[in-house]
Amino acid sequence: MPRTENRLHSELPAKDPRTKLLAAKIKKEGARPDSLIEILHTAQNAYGFLPLNVMRYISQALSLPPSRVFATVSFYHFFSLRSKGAHSCLVCTGTACYVKGARQLLKDLEDGLHIQAGAVTPDGQLGLQVARCIGACGLAPVVVLDEDVLPKATGQEVLAAVEHLLTSKLEEGGSPQLAFPR
Amino acid sequence: MNRIELQTKAEQAKQKLHACKKRIAVCCGAGCMSVGSGQLFEEIKRTIKEKGLDQEIHVLPTGCMGPCNEGPLVKFIPGHEVYRKMNHEAFLQVFDASSGDIRSIPGMRLFSEPGKGSFEDSREDPYYKKQCRIVLKDCGDLNPEELDDYLAHDGYQALAKVLFGMSPEDVIAEIKQSGLRGRGGAGYPTGFKWETVYRSVRDHKYVICNGDEGDPGAFMDRSVLEGNPHRVLEGMCIAAYAVGADSGFAYIRGEYPLAIKRFEGAIRQARKAGLLGKQILGTAFSFDLEVRIGAGAFVCGEETALIASIEGKRGTPRPRPPYPAESGLWGKPTLINNVETLASVAPIMLQGGEWYSQIGTAKSSGTKVFALAGKIRYAGLIEVPMGTTLREIVFDIGGGIPGGGKFKAAQTGGPSGGCIPAGHLDVPMDYEALTNLGSIMGSGGLIIMDEDSDMVDVARFFMEFCMDESCGKCVPCRVGTRVMHDMLQKIVTNKGTPLDLERLGELAVYVRETSLCGLGASAPNPLLSTLRHFPQDYEKHLQESPHK
Repeated sequence: MPRTENRLHSELPAKDPRTKLLAAKIKKEGARPDSLIEILHTAQNAYGFLPLNVMRYISQALSLPPSRVFATVSFYHFFSLRSKGAHSCLVCTGTACYVKGARQLLKDLEDGLHIQAGAVTPDGQLGLQVARCIGACGLAPVVVLDEDVLPKATGQEVLAAVEHLLTSKLEEGGSPQLAFPR
Repeated sequence: MNRIELQTKAEQAKQKLHACKKRIAVCCGAGCMSVGSGQLFEEIKRTIKEKGLDQEIHVLPTGCMGPCNEGPLVKFIPGHEVYRKMNHEAFLQVFDASSGDIRSIPGMRLFSEPGKGSFEDSREDPYYKKQCRIVLKDCGDLNPEELDDYLAHDGYQALAKVLFGMSPEDVIAEIKQSGLRGRGGAGYPTGFKWETVYRSVRDHKYVICNGDEGDPGAFMDRSVLEGNPHRVLEGMCIAAYAVGADSGFAYIRGEYPLAIKRFEGAIRQARKAGLLGKQILGTAFSFDLEVRIGAGAFVCGEETALIASIEGKRGTPRPRPPYPAESGLWGKPTLINNVETLASVAPIMLQGGEWYSQIGTAKSSGTKVFALAGKIRYAGLIEVPMGTTLREIVFDIGGGIPGGGKFKAAQTGGPSGGCIPAGHLDVPMDYEALTNLGSIMGSGGLIIMDEDSDMVDVARFFMEFCMDESCGKCVPCRVGTRVMHDMLQKIVTNKGTPLDLERLGELAVYVRETSLCGLGASAPNPLLSTLRHFPQDYEKHLQESPHK
């Protein structure tokens, strides 16, 4: 299917700085289909997740069928189709953390935050996620709260840190941060 | 930069390094960084400057020093005294700002255990003494973000030696003589791989550095990329020269932002210095590379899946042959080597294949980096000659099990590996010995478990991992891992029957024999090895089951 400039820009608001960022990345990569994953990384960093219209935009820009883009997004753990929440609480479930009790830790957090792993709190403030292994095995079990690593974590400590994070950010009125990592 | 300029620059860097007699190295590996070593580095630097000592004391951030759970670590050079769990107050206690010397405080030193002598020079402690650091040699001594520091540690000398005095055949012969085998897990002889790519005659060839370290509990590649990125880069350049490649990719896990940042920094510096790009060191050899960030799929560690991922597709493997060495990235001959393998190349070129082949055992030469974690006193990164026994690693180097626990098993090879029981603590760690025990060398994750660990649950844990990570392309893996997981779940919750156990054993063999790629073929390994070495754990769950 031939691609036209106006179709490309019709999907996303042109004034949105995120659109500009994404368009710049696509241009930098020469809109090559093999740069799809690189471009998806940029898009996810900008939007926090990959909304449908963003995926459609990318598929048109790279002249790829939308199914190819969706198939790639759904294949990789890194890419998310849903918002991950303004803040992220990431529990490492690698082997070393598992041996040091990450399972119980995760359960404590699920109970304390009243959400399951992979879900976001109803107010959209915090997403609870699990990671395969962040490679900080010497400090197991590890939780990453936004970008801060909490070594040798316990459920109580993490819940306290979460509460501190949410209340302090509220007071600052700061803008929501991007989910870890990058 | 040509060869003479490289030598001049290296000399200057060395002089600069030696002009400053005293150095304070602050470990800035991801482990120590996450407990605040980045801030500590800034604080120490400021203190030194405020006291007007910055002419005689050089403060530098370094890569991983080893025992990550004791961080942040600070090393005082030339004495090599290492202090653990440092913060700014502790630093001021140890460091006498008025004289610029350290007040040696044995109690605050690394390895100062009650009942254990503490050495002033940390290298005298069994932790370091039993190790043989080749890949990690300068990791922890040099600043990974400074090209000059690498040059002062003989950086890019191997590349210069290769480009100015060796033919590609010579390089391959040297690698073959060294006996180096792929450190990513499978242990395929590196020299043969290089030769196959070299012999494939095409217009373009690629070199890929596999940094998609997916095994949970393994962080060797991350630490090497963070601690000495130029070493990996140099290895890639030499590999590219040997096989005749002109471009390459470094595929690094997205979970490793610091490794990506430092490696990208190293690429920029090398390009600027003419060590990468067109006509490297003024020769006809050109090579350049890009970083590709992994998007979180364990199966992408498999080389054909990794290639698909670099091509921007779903990372699903394809049948081999053709092997990537003949038809890889975009159908071109492609050399894929693991980070640690590539980091071993420069020392082999400088000191010779003969030298390297003398280290380790006859069939597994050289050294292996292990990521020691779990129930162990000194968790972190170590490098030992191949053939070192598990007992030496766990007890002499790792300091044993903390809190008086009893060693139960060591898990090697991640979800593709197996568990080694206490009865086999004297196994020499090399490719063959571990395979004989039903485990594998793998990429180097070594998780120590004590009596608290239920091995059935360990098997379930890894099966869950493989089930989630199965790409879904072939049925034995996609369905088999799910069924095996559910059966293990049934047993571990005391609902299993002896028939389940029997079927599990059968199914494991089917999955192993019929899966398309390494993920499926090795997914039953943790199950089979725990069944073999810990039948009592399975028995215990069956005894507690009402269906027995």
